[in-house]
Amino acid sequence: MTTLLDVLSWVLLTLGGISVLIGGIGALRMPDLYTRMHAASVTDSMGAILVLGGIMLQAGWSLATIKLIAILLFLLLTSPTSSNALASAALLAGTRPIAERKQDREETP
Amino acid sequence: MIVMFGIFLLTLLVITAIAIVRTSNLFVGVMLMGIASLLIAANFFILDAADVALTEAAVGAGISTVLFLSALALTSAQERSKSSNRLLSFTVVAVAALVLIYATFDKPRFGDPLAPVQTHVAPWYLENTPTYIDIPNVVTAVLGSFRGYDTLGEVFVVFTAGIGVLFLLGSGTASSSLPRETNNEGLRHYLIPRVVGRFLIPFILLFGLYVQFHGEYGPGGGFQAGAIVTAAIILYALIEGERRALAALPQRWLLGLMAAGPLIYGAVGIAGIVMGGNFLDYSPLASDPVGGQHLGILLIEIGVGITVTGVLLSIFHAFAARGR
Repeated sequence: MTTLLDVLSWVLLTLGGISVLIGGIGALRMPDLYTRMHAASVTDSMGAILVLGGIMLQAGWSLATIKLIAILLFLLLTSPTSSNALASAALLAGTRPIAERKQDREETP
Repeated sequence: MIVMFGIFLLTLLVITAIAIVRTSNLFVGVMLMGIASLLIAANFFILDAADVALTEAAVGAGISTVLFLSALALTSAQERSKSSNRLLSFTVVAVAALVLIYATFDKPRFGDPLAPVQTHVAPWYLENTPTYIDIPNVVTAVLGSFRGYDTLGEVFVVFTAGIGVLFLLGSGTASSSLPRETNNEGLRHYLIPRVVGRFLIPFILLFGLYVQFHGEYGPGGGFQAGAIVTAAIILYALIEGERRALAALPQRWLLGLMAAGPLIYGAVGIAGIVMGGNFLDYSPLASDPVGGQHLGILLIEIGVGITVTGVLLSIFHAFAARGR
């Protein structure tokens, strides 16, 4: 049982690490702010859930797990909110998504 | 493994420091400073200094980023052109760096058990905290009781710094002289941040109280709790507008809180004299010495938390008032 939990937790941790890596590469390589945020959100959502889930399996039923659940809830609430605030602030400041810019260019040759 | 982690974090810290120096956009610089604070906090945590890590994360990465951003709102986001005298500055920095590197040769090896810091007073604190004070967190025992004078000095430093900043910026206007209340103050027209923020603020305050009153048993204490409570109120000011925040906690109250902290701390010290001990000796405060120590540490931590909250919030409101 413990081996099974260990293996499961390491699978989760590895997948979480891969998600964080993908998010990092995406945030560097994507062309504009909105697509970069889209890539970085992989870190926030999948990365955080998988890594924290993996640590929870390591911690077992203890106070640490409850604290980790609290952290996970906090992250799941705050990171979409901050993404939303960032994106709407950028839109208000006049940064336009790349797709829209491309569309404009095709319409006005 | 831990050493590897430490080296990794310190390397990232050096990269961040170079990036801070090289960027000419001050917004980017402020964000990088926040990252540097988080990195150094993680490093403190690896070295088992959880109290310092919590302070660094709350003050360095949290509050000072907000204060820097509110200062940037008053100036431009671009650095002025670099000064012409670069050779002189480079020489000064290079000499200072060489002196510092030379000084490290005399330092004991990392983690050396025979280093003076490990053999001088630290073992005495570790051995005698259970008998004299009987709380699990030795850091709080040292900070609050054994070295209570130093912490009193720190509280006065925070208090003096607050007074200095308020003299420079002005202590903000009274809320009656604010322009008429409109419906788009703060982020009130953004639905999602507002709903989530309002939901989170009570929990942040609760966590601040936990850190304040749990400091004897785990990492935490007045400095960290003050920063966390301030963060909650700044969040309120950001989403509901400054007027609501000032209505909830008016400026004159904040000035009172600033002064109340050192007063509480000093009064606990004088109470020690009145009850028959020395200044800042908490043992006579209760019927048994250990209980007196507990009471004294609890009271002075409250004083510290009150001062930090008052000073940080006053500075925030002073910056915001300048922006109008």
